[in-house]
Amino acid sequence: MHSIPGRRLIISLFLIFLLLPIYWLVNMSFKTNEEIVSTMTLWPHQPTIANYVRIFTDESWYSGYINSLKYVVINTIISISVALPAAYAFSRYRFLGDKHLFFWLLSNRMAPAAVYALPFFNLYSAINLFDTPWAVALAHCIFNVPLAVWILEGFVSGVPREIDETAFLDGYSFPRFFLKILVPLIASGIGVAAFFCFMFSWVELLLARTLTSVNAKPIAAVMTRTVSAAGMDWGLLAAAGVLTIIPGALVIWFVRNYIARGFALGRV
Amino acid sequence: MDKTVNQKAWFLVLPVFLVVAFSAILPLMTVVNYSMQDTFGNNQFFWNGVGWFKELLDPSTDLGSRFFASLWRNLAFSAIILAIEVPLGIVVALSMPRDGWRVAACLVTLALPLLIPWNVVGTIWQIFGRPDIGLLGYVLNNMGIDYNYVSNEFDAWATVIVMDVWHWTSLVALLCYAGLKSIPDAYYQAAQIDGASRWAVFTAIQLPKMNRVLLIAVLLRFMDSFMIYTEPFVVTGGGPGNSTTFVSIELVKIALGQFDLGKAAALSLVYNLIIIIVCWIFYTVMTNVGAERREQKGVA
Repeated sequence: MHSIPGRRLIISLFLIFLLLPIYWLVNMSFKTNEEIVSTMTLWPHQPTIANYVRIFTDESWYSGYINSLKYVVINTIISISVALPAAYAFSRYRFLGDKHLFFWLLSNRMAPAAVYALPFFNLYSAINLFDTPWAVALAHCIFNVPLAVWILEGFVSGVPREIDETAFLDGYSFPRFFLKILVPLIASGIGVAAFFCFMFSWVELLLARTLTSVNAKPIAAVMTRTVSAAGMDWGLLAAAGVLTIIPGALVIWFVRNYIARGFALGRV
Repeated sequence: MDKTVNQKAWFLVLPVFLVVAFSAILPLMTVVNYSMQDTFGNNQFFWNGVGWFKELLDPSTDLGSRFFASLWRNLAFSAIILAIEVPLGIVVALSMPRDGWRVAACLVTLALPLLIPWNVVGTIWQIFGRPDIGLLGYVLNNMGIDYNYVSNEFDAWATVIVMDVWHWTSLVALLCYAGLKSIPDAYYQAAQIDGASRWAVFTAIQLPKMNRVLLIAVLLRFMDSFMIYTEPFVVTGGGPGNSTTFVSIELVKIALGQFDLGKAAALSLVYNLIIIIVCWIFYTVMTNVGAERREQKGVA
């Protein structure tokens, strides 16, 4: 009933539009540079995995992936663990300045990364965290923590308050209630929030690049190395690009049933 | 449901407050500090008062003209992508299959562009649009259209807009889909009994039910397009000329390129202020929509 005429055609065309550029990237990653530059082929005529082999055997390449994953995971853990109690507080209680605080958090989610690039550089250099995964993880908190609070608040509000009251009457202490009852109840919400933290930390480049130089260089920054004196190494660039899509595709699979609700920030 | 007043809740919020304050307030103080000073290098700073702000807001100076040019450019860009992505997202959400494995497949495919690092999004379109090695550029040029995003302003804009539509329409579609899913079947049955047309169902049931998620979608899309940096930077580098230099690109050019700290800081503060104002308008509208809905529920 809630569909429109010609919906099959519309959704198919749109999905093709989404997949075509990605297909082109995958296609190119399996080609040699000669084939890419000399001819226009819709699929690789001499398929090669040399580009991937190079990434997995060259430390400067694969360490980029490891560095990226490090700060993404640290950031997700910090964001979720500080956001959980706050989400509960915003959902259940009124307190001095709660609305202003919520708005302030929201406005930080919207703050342009370009504004913070330079001050973050100064700040993390001053406390000797520059060029470590911790610097990037903490910097990404500025948009991920508010987002996590926002999403989790929606999910906590979906839990009836009677459950809290019953638990407290049964003699549960607050920490015990929180960990034993509330967290399992909003497990899917935590999954969604973690997914979003992962996603926004994984896709961000400007801060990650500004706050690292050698040791913690993220994969996105390593990719700029494919420009060399001999011209662009297109095949290698494409292969590196394909590999950055894979972690995202894997995590979507786990939260696919909650994606829609998660994007509505737990507010549908 | 009324919330109870409990000041101890601050203890639960404190960790969030500390983490965000550390990454937001401290750096912002640095920015404010820089925006009032001038430097001739060697870490020597001089008090400059509101000089940078005066220069920034005066379109006849170099800094001011660059700021306003990039601001209008950015606003035009945001308006165009909103005008395309919101209707397209609604149409896609309405076209979603009803159930079965197809829904899961569509959802995962829709979400895929959202999870690609932004510079890789830029790389994908950079490759896709090149006349020599990209499918899009190759096909367009063979059709007799002289397409080259590196040298032609119009083509550069078209590429950046199509790229953004490709990248973010899914977000609008997924939000609208979540809104549509929450409509009980009874509404549609009632509409059927009344003999409502397809259009009437859309305007009377689906659109009002989606208004909250649509608001979130417009807010997120406006904000993210207003601070867009990586994707156009990778594809066009802000060119040809300055034709795709948006505010963030201009800011990074001044701050990290020329190291003009005072100018960059003044620009940052004005930029941030615009964002906070827009954000506040949306927040107020959104909480009002929520309050109205609760009142309606209370009456019913």
